[in-house]
Amino acid sequence: MRKIGTPYLLLIPGMGFLLIFFLLPIFNLAQTSTQTPKDGGDTGQYEQTFRLANYADAIFENREQFGRSFLYALITTILALAIAYPLAYAIAFKGGRFKNVMLVLVIAPFFVSFLLRTIAWKQILGEEGFVVPVLRSLQIISESTTLTSSPFAVVMGMTYNFLPFMTLPLYASIDRIDPRTLEASGDLYANGFTTFRKVTLPLSMPGVVAGTLLTFIPAAGDYVNAAILGSPQTKMLGNVIESRYFRIVDYPTAAALSFTLMAAILILVTIYVRKAGTEELV
Amino acid sequence: MAKKSLSPEARSIINSKVSRRAVLAGAGAVAGAGALAACGGSGGSSSSAENTIRWGNWPLYLDVDDSGKKYPTLEAFTKETKINVKYFEDYNDNDEFFGKVQAQLKLKKDIGYDLVCPTDWMAARWIRLGYTQKFDTANIPNRTNLLETLASPSFDPNRESSLTWQGIMGGFGWNTEKNPKGVRTLEDLFSPANKGKIVVLSEMRDTIGIILRSQGVSLATVTEDQFMNAVDYLEQKISDGWIRGVKGNEYAEDLTSGDATAVIGWSGDMFILKSENEGKFDFAIPEAGGTISGDNMVIPSTATAEAKANAEKLINYYYDPAVAAEVAAYVNYVCPVNGAQAEMEKIDPDLASSEFIFPSAKTMANLSVFRALTPAEETKWTEAFQKAAGN
Repeated sequence: MRKIGTPYLLLIPGMGFLLIFFLLPIFNLAQTSTQTPKDGGDTGQYEQTFRLANYADAIFENREQFGRSFLYALITTILALAIAYPLAYAIAFKGGRFKNVMLVLVIAPFFVSFLLRTIAWKQILGEEGFVVPVLRSLQIISESTTLTSSPFAVVMGMTYNFLPFMTLPLYASIDRIDPRTLEASGDLYANGFTTFRKVTLPLSMPGVVAGTLLTFIPAAGDYVNAAILGSPQTKMLGNVIESRYFRIVDYPTAAALSFTLMAAILILVTIYVRKAGTEELV
Repeated sequence: MAKKSLSPEARSIINSKVSRRAVLAGAGAVAGAGALAACGGSGGSSSSAENTIRWGNWPLYLDVDDSGKKYPTLEAFTKETKINVKYFEDYNDNDEFFGKVQAQLKLKKDIGYDLVCPTDWMAARWIRLGYTQKFDTANIPNRTNLLETLASPSFDPNRESSLTWQGIMGGFGWNTEKNPKGVRTLEDLFSPANKGKIVVLSEMRDTIGIILRSQGVSLATVTEDQFMNAVDYLEQKISDGWIRGVKGNEYAEDLTSGDATAVIGWSGDMFILKSENEGKFDFAIPEAGGTISGDNMVIPSTATAEAKANAEKLINYYYDPAVAAEVAAYVNYVCPVNGAQAEMEKIDPDLASSEFIFPSAKTMANLSVFRALTPAEETKWTEAFQKAAGN
């Protein structure tokens, strides 16, 4: 009896937490998403009419921001992977006794609120920061070009903010690769590139999958970078949900959009994980 | 309204010169009195609960001493009336605050405040929903000091349940180096020198209000077609790349960082930018007319009769011209109290002649208040505006 009961007892806190802080809000969200304005009601008063067309309307009206959210998230993920892979590789194989210091440096930005860091980027890329004048004097950008309030700034901010989430899982799996497998590959006359393609990359796939997921999922729902570094033309779905919820006080559309975003991410991730075929993440 | 995005620290740094000047130059008497009243004022004192009221206001919207912890005018009030005031600077955003207390207001449960300061349109919603209490006018004789321009807004024509805390003018702000001739019309704002460097307010009543006025539309009677027409104009300017952002007070940072060269902005922020940057920035009410709105003191329906009476005394106190002048010397928004200008002469003559704080009759005549919207209009118009802003 005791033996069977214990695991369930241990599950209670976790399940209770999920019930109160995940299932109930989700249920509430689902309920809100099909409501319509009350006749003659005041701002923010809605009643349940099970109007599923709310979803079609919400998606259609905001298709542009939907597309942009996934596009930006995709570019962010690719850039973060391109930057983080060599970095994680270097820390794992060439870090030596500085390995821990380097890892701390990767995590160091977390000691400062990410809001502050994003605002700092706004100043760095701003007109009176040092980047713009340097690029201008090198004639890389024209006098009238600005770096903030552009898709470039938004994607750059996201890449910067999510880089540690990509680096850490990559490091964890690259670090576990036995260097002798690389030596063996060399002994069998594989050159560096082939060794990477046939040995290192496949062995680090769990890290790649985990890192890309940890980057892509929050990036698709991000709204802080677009709000601080973007312009009206770079707004993402998170900004729309915020505006619908707080400014327009249109709870049903905000709920429908949140649900759709969640579903879209879930579907994309499922397809991706199946294709990547990784049983163990990390 | 204003004041939400700048951090309190940043704001107090920006403000310190002005507020310190005010304290040194004349409010000294009150500041000294405050120091003598060892532990009066907000928070601390142990007086009985029934003599305490709780006031929720926007951050940095009340005169504060150099330590940033004591509010001289509030302490003087406590000393005078023995009413303790718990002052909370946690009204950061109209929508957010409303979301926070709405459920309790509906259930008639105490919301934790006896006095709050929503902006006009939000005050309108509170009044419409029956979430406020009518004033006992006998307790507020000073209410007659309210400026005429603000005396009969459509949401509370006789000012029975709301009184303006501070007034906010909406107009053009600009960088004087990039706009040597100034910005006084929409054509000036959208001049080639400012292309891609214009920021407008996310408060639609100010941004669209100013566009409407330059199209010759009266804000007191604006129709849906006229409003949507102005939104289309804004949307066109955004998609043509003229406007880089639709923001709250962050526009002030954009001006200082050089990312913006001209804005539709608020008088209080621009006053500070102008006085701290030696003529690099300026502000003017558009020739075709600007907007004026206000944040209003209202008493929630959930306040007890006793708290209500005390809150009314507090409102009355702040409508005393001498007290209003002290607040205005720190806050720099439009002072809504007649007679405060004369009192300001004693504190700081420069401020007394400031058009930002005491707009002349001529300026006042060129400001108008956006009419109250019905709930259906509010939702539809806000949606149109938000969409134009990319949301």
